[in-house]
Amino acid sequence: MLNYQAPLDLAFQALADPTRRVMVERLSQGPASVSELARPLDMTLSAVVQHLAVLEASGLVRSQKVGRVRTCRIEPTALHSAERWISERRASWERRLDRLGAFLAETEPTAKPRRKK
Amino acid sequence: MTIRNAKHATFTIERVYPAAPARVFAAWSDKEAKTAWAYCHEEWPVSEHVFDFREGGREHLVTGPAGGTRHVFDAVYHDIVPDQRIVYAYDMHLGERRISVSLTTIEFFAVAGGTRLVFTEQGVFFDGYDDIAGREEGTRIGLDNLDRQLRQQRAA
Repeated sequence: MLNYQAPLDLAFQALADPTRRVMVERLSQGPASVSELARPLDMTLSAVVQHLAVLEASGLVRSQKVGRVRTCRIEPTALHSAERWISERRASWERRLDRLGAFLAETEPTAKPRRKK
Repeated sequence: MTIRNAKHATFTIERVYPAAPARVFAAWSDKEAKTAWAYCHEEWPVSEHVFDFREGGREHLVTGPAGGTRHVFDAVYHDIVPDQRIVYAYDMHLGERRISVSLTTIEFFAVAGGTRLVFTEQGVFFDGYDDIAGREEGTRIGLDNLDRQLRQQRAA
């Protein structure tokens, strides 16, 4: 079973911050250099780089340095996720049907006198 | 990047339970029984739950993390054959966003020692993120392979 908790925490931490949301909004319109990302933000370049590191750790954003310019882009597999809805839906039904098995065992009339937990 | 697409998918899950079809069916047809196992996040408060289990009847469930995005399940039961089959159509909203519309068929087959349950969902799943709530949810779903990606990046 996949563990969704750690990535969930990372993504929510990443997007909990308004500055990082602005950065993601900007990148959702296309790739940008770090200085382009920093332009509308009232903070130092090094602060922007720290926010970028959080976004990269969450898997939402990737960056690549070519020459002296670091270009950032949205990680499409994290955001274009109809396929992910599908795999999550399937996984959640797998879990539910396992719980149905446990429920049937718990409420087995011959095994336990009590019908309900 | 408001990309709109509709992706179609079908998946089937099978289970064999050591219980008679009538008991397995009852776990779907009775509100209290279904509530005991079917709702994924026990810690999420259920703010609305309509459960009208009959052909043409509706099931409507609103839940979600406290203070977070509302998860809304809206179903209509179309076909009910006691102890044998349930078919319902439903859509799923996260907040204001409809993420999928699906047709679900649950079949119950008597087998030696119990019931084989076959769950089939045929759905259309929507994409496109133009608000943060949707993006956060999509991201949550999308990040199940994050650890692997990060490991690959570190290895590269």
